[in-house]
Amino acid sequence: MKYMLLIYGNAELWESFAPEELTKVVQETDALHVELRASGEFVGAYGLADQDMAKLVRRADDGLPAVTDGPYIEAKEYIGSFDIIDVESEARALEIAARVPFARFGPVEVRPIMHEAAPDV
Amino acid sequence: MSVDTRLEDLLRGLAPQVTGALVRRYGHFDASEDAVQEALLAAALQWPEQGRPENPRAWLITVASRRLTDALRSDEARRRREEGTAIREASDALLAPPADDQAGRDDDTLALLLLCCHPDLSPASQLALTLRAVGGLTTPEIARAFLVPETTMGQRISRAKQSIRTAGSELRMPPPAELADRLPVVLHVLYLIFNEGYTTTSGPDLIRRELTGEAIRLTREVHRLLPDDGEVAGLLALMLLTDARGPARTGADGALIPLAEQDRTRWRADLVAEGVELITATLAVAPLGPYQLQAAIAAVHDEAPTAEATDWPQVLALYELLERVAPNPMVSLNRAVAVAEVHGPAAGLVLLASLAEDPRLTEHHRLESVRAHLLEMSGDREAAVAGYRAAARHTTSRTEQRYLDARAARLLRSGG
Repeated sequence: MKYMLLIYGNAELWESFAPEELTKVVQETDALHVELRASGEFVGAYGLADQDMAKLVRRADDGLPAVTDGPYIEAKEYIGSFDIIDVESEARALEIAARVPFARFGPVEVRPIMHEAAPDV
Repeated sequence: MSVDTRLEDLLRGLAPQVTGALVRRYGHFDASEDAVQEALLAAALQWPEQGRPENPRAWLITVASRRLTDALRSDEARRRREEGTAIREASDALLAPPADDQAGRDDDTLALLLLCCHPDLSPASQLALTLRAVGGLTTPEIARAFLVPETTMGQRISRAKQSIRTAGSELRMPPPAELADRLPVVLHVLYLIFNEGYTTTSGPDLIRRELTGEAIRLTREVHRLLPDDGEVAGLLALMLLTDARGPARTGADGALIPLAEQDRTRWRADLVAEGVELITATLAVAPLGPYQLQAAIAAVHDEAPTAEATDWPQVLALYELLERVAPNPMVSLNRAVAVAEVHGPAAGLVLLASLAEDPRLTEHHRLESVRAHLLEMSGDREAAVAGYRAAARHTTSRTEQRYLDARAARLLRSGG
């Protein structure tokens, strides 16, 4: 089963880190990724640029795209990074989520990734 | 069938025999398996150009043995450099062609399958290792089939091999009592491989669907090696009877078509006939087991010319037996459907209400979709729509979600 771990936070939180603290959390994050690679459970991990960098693309009725600045929702906390893992069970996904270093500062949302497979109906 | 496909089939068939022969002689499962992969690759590249050797198996064993001794020698040399001690050179006599017979090869294939399905490994690792070492698939192929990066799959396989080494397991046929314990794990792995392929209904996932064929091929092989085992025969029959419906299982748009609505003329009659014959013969002689019962249920469905003609009392009796032999909440859910068909939806719903207390089923999308189906049968349209919607929200299968949403939408429209 593949799961996405969404790591939430906001600029205020990230700016509050002392440089050495941030370095430590980043190193811990790298270490966790190395461990997941070694266990054959790692699919990918990505950090997202700040919400300020977000662009919104809408298609108007005439079919022409309109691009505007800004996030879709002005949320207090937004996605800062995400990991994709492939694990045996939901329990294992939750265990890994609890070990995400940023989980000490903000929530980590665990979502199953939809797949094309269907049971025999 | 193209030349390439025939070559691939030949190589995959030989892979476990060659690996078995190497591991038996040299004892290094991990390194032997790598060496065989290299030999298979060399064969795939060289044979189409230079022609197929007279004895492909001997060719592969010779090439793989050379790669293996090279690898072991360079390991030895490194260790010698590091430790400064002299170690006896591997003898060239080890490269002599094998003199083993067909029985030895058969034992090797089965022993290799048991090794790959080692109880210390997780199911995902058992699957990957079986496909590589016994199925002869490459790591990139397996990675694509499971939609994970190649490095992830490579790591999973090498860790699995390491666990086997740590467990100190050897390639050998276990004594009958141990074989009886470990065979179910092998059958479960083959069943999972089949399902991985079979449940793929759309997308550019041809390689996933190939898993179905691979599972059937390997199960056929196990059946050939253990013809008297009822559960092996039962699993093979179950796969054949399920695969037979493949052509009718999805519509032109890739949407799932449930059993009751499938165009049965599109079922593979040859597979139905083979599966029915196999399960009928097996049930007559072997002790009853869960795969045989599931195959028997599949056979009842496959033999009905129309959904209405289904012998539901027979299906129900088989589910009752299956629930006794192998209790499992999913089996109970299916029994509820059979109960509804035989005794009416109200009886099925009563049974479901008792199942809902099982923590493994509470809010499970299958429980919700079965309940919705029985509510639809009983004419409670509104509750059925709500049930299908809830089930759709709780599944992680996109195909099933589309199907459940479509059921809800159709039901809404039919009510006007």
